[in-house]
Amino acid sequence: MSSFECTDMTRYSAWSVFKNGLTGQRNWGRAWRDPEPKPQYDIVIVGGGLHGLATAYYLAKNHGQKRIAVLEKGWLGGGNAGRNTTIVRSNYFMPGNRAFYEHSLTLWEELSHELNYNVMFSQRAHISLLHSPAARDAAARRYNTMRLSGSDGELWDLPTLKAAVPHLNYAEDARFPIIGAAVQRRAGTARHDAVAWGYARAADQLGVDIIQNCEVTGVQRDGDNVSRLQTSRGDIAAGKVGFAVAGHTSRLWQMAGLGNLPIESHKLQAFVSEPLKPLLDQVVVFGVGGAHFYISQSDKGGMVFGGDLDWYKSYAQRGNLPIVQDVAEAATSILPCLGRVRLLRHWSGVMDMSMDGSAFICKTPLSNLYLNAGWNYGGFKASPASGWYFADLIANDRPDPVIAHFDLKRFERGVVIDERGAGPDPKLHG
Amino acid sequence: MIRIHCPFCGERDHSEFAYGGDGSVVYPALDASAEAWHDAVFLRENIRGLQVETWQHVNGCRQWLRVERSTVTHEITSVQACHPGVATVLESEQ
Repeated sequence: MSSFECTDMTRYSAWSVFKNGLTGQRNWGRAWRDPEPKPQYDIVIVGGGLHGLATAYYLAKNHGQKRIAVLEKGWLGGGNAGRNTTIVRSNYFMPGNRAFYEHSLTLWEELSHELNYNVMFSQRAHISLLHSPAARDAAARRYNTMRLSGSDGELWDLPTLKAAVPHLNYAEDARFPIIGAAVQRRAGTARHDAVAWGYARAADQLGVDIIQNCEVTGVQRDGDNVSRLQTSRGDIAAGKVGFAVAGHTSRLWQMAGLGNLPIESHKLQAFVSEPLKPLLDQVVVFGVGGAHFYISQSDKGGMVFGGDLDWYKSYAQRGNLPIVQDVAEAATSILPCLGRVRLLRHWSGVMDMSMDGSAFICKTPLSNLYLNAGWNYGGFKASPASGWYFADLIANDRPDPVIAHFDLKRFERGVVIDERGAGPDPKLHG
Repeated sequence: MIRIHCPFCGERDHSEFAYGGDGSVVYPALDASAEAWHDAVFLRENIRGLQVETWQHVNGCRQWLRVERSTVTHEITSVQACHPGVATVLESEQ
């Protein structure tokens, strides 16, 4: 298929759906090429997840860069791109996070048009349940900050919440009675695979080589430069290199001879139930005491939900049973109607948990190497802005002010971006 | 489920334990340089393979343990009491 030309790509439209419907869906072209790796590129992005693909797309689109490759060790959508709970929101509070996630949400709002690919972004509202006056005060502070910085956020009293989501457990004798909710209406969900495929297809049409089954096995240096990458499909020389391999960042960093990072790899599970008739129109989040639970319903009807990390460091992409039990307990405590719903699948992704719970998009000690890492729980929603600003950093060799605090030196400066105030323990930043 | 052989209580499910963290971190002297403290508090080797880590048997004897465990297979190769004196006594009794 390597001879396949970009120009054969169909522009998706109502007309193309109609036409292909009449011809039995047999004439759809490939969504992106499957090129052989070239011996040399101007820019190589390691990691074909959402962040890597978005970076390649914006490098080509916003900065007119040519000769870009994205190297993916598996297949597109096989890593954390396909292992999340697809939630998009911007209810971040800290300076450094606030503007970044808000920009990401505005990119999401136009993403399907931008990519000519339906990412099924659904602004169905994100509802964080509140269980105490103190929690309501904290939420008021956070959500007022969001409104003052141009985003949306509101506090719902109990009658408003009951009218919107009637079947939560509102019992007064519940362990944590619900007293209201903090709501971001512009937040919601998107189809995670479609985001990967949409960015891949759009980047490919701009000439980016997306190379799957190509694992980086070594990083060759020439002094303070990365000169070439050794891969399972041969050596590739690169003018500039960007790492976007959340979960395995430490390994690549050490391959480049750069030592240790403020990151630990932990795994997070997610779950999907058998398909149900429409039950839940919003994203609902329950977090109090030791519980942490978030749930939405996919367009196929499956209840998609998740909870805490597995608590111990791991590179294994499989979850443990005690967390299955924890999450099931949280599910039935706020949505008792799920008690007899059967679980269809559960899976686990390996993620970079950073020392303050915030990300890195920054320059590195090597002059032509750039780092995109440390996404903790929040990588999915961040991917458009992450690609946007990482591309800008690589193209211009300086960070935009919006991401100036996403650097590795912030711990030395004592200016951590610790949204939860949990301290330097990666497993606590869930 | 990981099973941890607690030297005080015997083999138990890992859900009885709380995970501490990377057991290879050595904190520097109190008057050490800011860089030395920065490295100890914030930087991690993040090993993919066999690593030393700490677990506390919170729902058992409440002792802190030094566990050698693979971060890929989760297989545990050794468990010791964190307290070096206690560990020495336990080993000499065996």
